[in-house]
Amino acid sequence: MLNLNDIFETVQMIEQENLDIRTVTMGISLLDCADSDINESCRKVYEKIVNKAGKLVKTVSDIECEYGVPIINKRVSVTPISMLVAVSGGDPVLYAKALQRAADDIGVNFIGGYSALVHKGFSAGDIELIKSIPRALAETTNICASVNIGSTKSGINMDAVKLMGEIVKESAELTKDNNCIGPAKLVVLCNAPEDNPFMAGAFHGVGEPDCVIHVGVSGPGVVQSAIKKCPDGDFGEIAEIIKRTAFKITRMGQLVGNVASKRLGIPFGIVDLSLAPTPAVGDSVARILEEMGLEQCGIHGTTAALAMLNDAVKKGGVMASSSVGGLSGAFIPVSEDAGMIEAAREGTLTIQKLEAMTAVCSVGLDMIVLPGETPSEVISAIIADEAAIGMVNTKTTAVRVIPAIDKKVGDELYFGGLLGSGPVMDIDLKKSPKRFIDRGGRIPAPMQSLKN
Amino acid sequence: MRTIITVIGKDAVGITAKVSAVCANRNANIVDITQSVLQDVFVMVMLTEIQDLNCSFKEFKEDFCRLSQETGLDMRVMHEDVFDSMHRI
Repeated sequence: MLNLNDIFETVQMIEQENLDIRTVTMGISLLDCADSDINESCRKVYEKIVNKAGKLVKTVSDIECEYGVPIINKRVSVTPISMLVAVSGGDPVLYAKALQRAADDIGVNFIGGYSALVHKGFSAGDIELIKSIPRALAETTNICASVNIGSTKSGINMDAVKLMGEIVKESAELTKDNNCIGPAKLVVLCNAPEDNPFMAGAFHGVGEPDCVIHVGVSGPGVVQSAIKKCPDGDFGEIAEIIKRTAFKITRMGQLVGNVASKRLGIPFGIVDLSLAPTPAVGDSVARILEEMGLEQCGIHGTTAALAMLNDAVKKGGVMASSSVGGLSGAFIPVSEDAGMIEAAREGTLTIQKLEAMTAVCSVGLDMIVLPGETPSEVISAIIADEAAIGMVNTKTTAVRVIPAIDKKVGDELYFGGLLGSGPVMDIDLKKSPKRFIDRGGRIPAPMQSLKN
Repeated sequence: MRTIITVIGKDAVGITAKVSAVCANRNANIVDITQSVLQDVFVMVMLTEIQDLNCSFKEFKEDFCRLSQETGLDMRVMHEDVFDSMHRI
């Protein structure tokens, strides 16, 4: 029989340290649903999703019950809808509504893939889809949109960067009576992964199989508790502890993924071994950094601590899974992390520091609330900076910022649920990047040699 | 399928008997039990075979939920594979 201590360690991780499987996401290709008649195309999209993922929620809930492991979200990601718009033409919002109907009928939390990939330029359907994003997000509740505007191999599409600044702003305007929730479901990516199970950036890449199951794990609380037990250890020891903990968390994800894949008869894709915080107490990435010895997240030293954490999580998780993918690393979404909310409220955590942190974490500027007066060119400039970090460092970066319409620094937005709440953060608006953003064109892809 | 039932809480008379009674009622075969009392805290781990349950797994779990509320002890029923995959390579 198993060791008593091991058993209670697992029970304690789940009971007290918020260990959970954050999401089981089914990726579904919609390429075979494309039709030159948009209504027909929407019907096929709805039918394919309901047909493939109809049993997803029930199956995953059964696994949750039998294995005693909480599985928080059940989601679906689909082929970027811009590809269907390219064939059908018409109003892309019809697709968003078809996806929403499917989400309602199968009971998933989110469907991701209202997306376009425009890192080198716009093709048919891309502009139409991007321009429809604010309406699509305002008229649906469970659909997530993403746009990939840059990559290491192709550079940054600055026309798309300019457009996305406007789209983020418009999306906030359209949902201003609902806590500006629109842009909380919209992410602008550079080097977007095709197999990411986490929202809002999830979509089903064209290189993926027809249908596939991905799992995203979580467990910042478990890592924090493990480090707490070693208050005087040096970084070698801390890294070992994080690796060991990440290994255990990932094994759980691998198990759930295997079982779900077998029961649904759908191939298993990847485990995304991320530390994804929630607003709940004891489920915070900021608290891990503070446990390492920083008085508060956001002070000098935060970037180094995060770099170490991110790397150790990957090293520990890689051996635990047959296939690792997605974003994999530590997330730093401000409004979804109790420690970061506190640090942002107190002014310790600034947007400048967050930008530095994104150079070493797994994603980017995430769930950051900006003053409502922030002009679209400033949002575009934030996107360009972030994309540049991703492009040069060959990593995924993303921007999910929420301009809080009619609100000022110090006010707060409440999204509820896993999206949490966040204070409007201070941002320097005295000087404008408008002339830079208005240039348009493409920033060429960076050198991959002569690295210094 | 085998599950691991864990029980933690204040020591009292008859805990093992009550847990075993639920297993017997539901036709779950107890394969192994480890228990000890550490500073007044009772901890028990029970490995059971449940392929011949006379009810659904959900009902079996609910029985323990009820017993947990009655006794004030913390009880969990989890698939053996969770522990295996986490602690064995």
